[in-house]
Amino acid sequence: MTAQDYNFAYLDEQTKRMIRRAILKGVAVPGYQVPFASREMPMPYGWGTGGVQVTAACLTPDDTLKVIDQGADDTTNAVSIRKFFQRTAAVAVTEATAEATIIQTRHRIPEAALTEGQILVYQVPIPEPLRFLEPRETETRKMHELEEYGLMHVKLYEDIARHGHIATAYAYPVKVEGRYVMDPSPIPRFDNPKLSDCPAIQLFGAGREQRIYALPPYTRVVSLDFEDHPFEASKAPHDCDLCGASDSYLDEVITDDEGGRMFVCSDTDFCRGRVAAGHIGRLGAPDLAQEAAE
Amino acid sequence: MTAFDRKLPSPDRPLFQVQGLSKYYGSRIGCADVSFDLYPGEVLGIVGESGSGKSTLLSCLAGHMAPDTGRVIFDTAEGPRDTVTMGEAERRRLARTDWAYVHQNPRDGLRMGVSAGGNVGERLMAVGARHYGNIRDKANDWLGRVEIAADRIDDRPRAFSGGMQQRLQIARNLVTGPRLVFMDEPTGGLDVSVQARLLDLLRGLVREMGLSAIIVTHDLAVVRLLADRLMVMKGGHVVEQGLTDQVLDDPQHAYTQLLVSSVLQV
Amino acid sequence: MIEIRNLSKSFTLHNQGSAVIPVMAGAALTVASGECVGLIGNSGAGKSTLMRMVWGNYLAASGSIRVGEVDVASAEPRQIIRLRRDTLGYVSQFLRVVPRVPTLDVVAEPLLNLGVQADQARNRAAALLSRLNIPERLWSLSPTTFSGGEQQRVNIARGFAHAYPALLLDEPTASLDAANREVVLTLIEEAKARGAAILGIFHDEVARDRVCDRVVDVRAYTPKAA
Repeated sequence: MTAQDYNFAYLDEQTKRMIRRAILKGVAVPGYQVPFASREMPMPYGWGTGGVQVTAACLTPDDTLKVIDQGADDTTNAVSIRKFFQRTAAVAVTEATAEATIIQTRHRIPEAALTEGQILVYQVPIPEPLRFLEPRETETRKMHELEEYGLMHVKLYEDIARHGHIATAYAYPVKVEGRYVMDPSPIPRFDNPKLSDCPAIQLFGAGREQRIYALPPYTRVVSLDFEDHPFEASKAPHDCDLCGASDSYLDEVITDDEGGRMFVCSDTDFCRGRVAAGHIGRLGAPDLAQEAAE
Repeated sequence: MTAFDRKLPSPDRPLFQVQGLSKYYGSRIGCADVSFDLYPGEVLGIVGESGSGKSTLLSCLAGHMAPDTGRVIFDTAEGPRDTVTMGEAERRRLARTDWAYVHQNPRDGLRMGVSAGGNVGERLMAVGARHYGNIRDKANDWLGRVEIAADRIDDRPRAFSGGMQQRLQIARNLVTGPRLVFMDEPTGGLDVSVQARLLDLLRGLVREMGLSAIIVTHDLAVVRLLADRLMVMKGGHVVEQGLTDQVLDDPQHAYTQLLVSSVLQV
Repeated sequence: MIEIRNLSKSFTLHNQGSAVIPVMAGAALTVASGECVGLIGNSGAGKSTLMRMVWGNYLAASGSIRVGEVDVASAEPRQIIRLRRDTLGYVSQFLRVVPRVPTLDVVAEPLLNLGVQADQARNRAAALLSRLNIPERLWSLSPTTFSGGEQQRVNIARGFAHAYPALLLDEPTASLDAANREVVLTLIEEAKARGAAILGIFHDEVARDRVCDRVVDVRAYTPKAA
């Protein structure tokens, strides 16, 4: 079977229209979880089926697609999804954030500032921010409807009571345009400020849970907190060991059995770009930079 | 005497008025044509055996269930309002500010996975409290008032005894200073000695906070000690109501006479 | 202060063939402020029944019972609740309290219900308990475990904690020794002196003669048919 046996971007046009309607509704009501008829995709739930369906519904033949997983373009999940769309839609792909028109992401927002005209598609495992404290879907819907969000702060209260500070490090809840409380997907809370006032369209797809929600460009997004425990976008207190960046989100990499470790940018495209521009971190090789520059 | 009159709730205007309230389950009667007024500071007991309609009535009063007919009027800050016809958002806001509901089983009224402090703080956060230190201070104060040691504030209710769970539920409900408390068998399932302590606690809180309360129970000893007024239900109907000790000491209706004479004397 | 007119009472026993037992008819009496009236009559003649109708836990069949501004026979429950809080005190023969509540708080409760500060109310309670010779070491214990005489004295202390304008006393000196009996009679005299209207049942004739200004024989109100 060849890729041409599939419709453009795998899904049939009726399905894409259904998803687009959900997306439009999501854009019209920022932060509201729109139910949609999630399809079986040729990959297991938990591998980004929600994001893939949203991407498929947004793609045009002229688009340039970038796919990242935890900031990296070269991990299994990112590679598989990129290949999937290369085969089923034959679109151009890139690893450069600035060149992409659609970026599908799992658990990160790229370091490079996004621009108008770009679409960022998030893969979402559990769209309901209230779920861990209130298991009843009927009740959580009612709470969103009536803006009863005290429970969200109970979660943060519990964090402080137990750890002395808000220990929620990812999927940190936000309030959208002063109305809906939203789960930003499991991005590190370091990325939370980037959600707000972003020039790009941000779309969130949860395949298993059959929900789509959205942030239109320049939406006001506020991370929940307490007056005496304000929100902080934290990261590891290091610079990148490869490119020396002090302001990017870092992954910790264990390098040997004797406690050796290094911190590197989780956004591989951002790191590579800095190295190419001549920035060198603690463990960065100057010749590598040379090579990249040539 | 007049020196302390100002501290007492004004008894001249009903806090809560129930008029012609009925609820049917198909052709079966849940409760039928119930009417009463409750004044500020009053505690009303509702007694009857299982199936008498007292729980259905309480559910309708507290807005957990929609009655088929009748009005349930609460004296809100903006004046008397029918809570049956008001919007759900407003009714639920009432339920977490001016009203409180104490369940028979504390598991139904507590978040078992959340610490004692978080349980007490939830209603505060629900009405907009956003200062962790203040919320915690208030939770601490309330745990003290219901006699739960301060060092248990970060423990989850799972680790508490039944009596402690019930006291925690009461603290969680009263922290926002409600004016009307619904209680469904609040001392049911507790040891007799634990019941006594809880009764004393409730009496003190009712007195200090000027609370009005509606207590559903099948325990006549509990209503004698806690309720000013009593309503006796049978088959969905109110068969008798009046001053608690009058209904218990000089019951007029055949069913009440039977109920009172059936109690074991200790 | 207390004015009873044409009062009648019957019990209907629905579970015993709906037997109707008339127990009182045409009762009438008045008690002025500062006056103590004793009810007499043999056992079962209706002294306690009359007393309970004034207190409001027995319903009157007809007639009126005026205590201050309130007609207990026709008042709403909340009016009676208010009357009992502010105006009308009652020392019954039985102590009915929440178990495990300290004696001091049991006695202070009527004052707390009136909004008196807790320490002030407890001071007053402590003074009464001392006067009635309840040892201080018992004050923090619940009276439910006390002897009959001790319970009786706790009950009296509770009844006299607030200076009610009207008081009902049901056998206040029964089961008391001479010294405590003297204290109770003095308390009654003091209450009269401050203007309280008192209606009492005293089997103790010496006590009755000392504190009562008049007696009313309730046998006059016992229905002839009974």
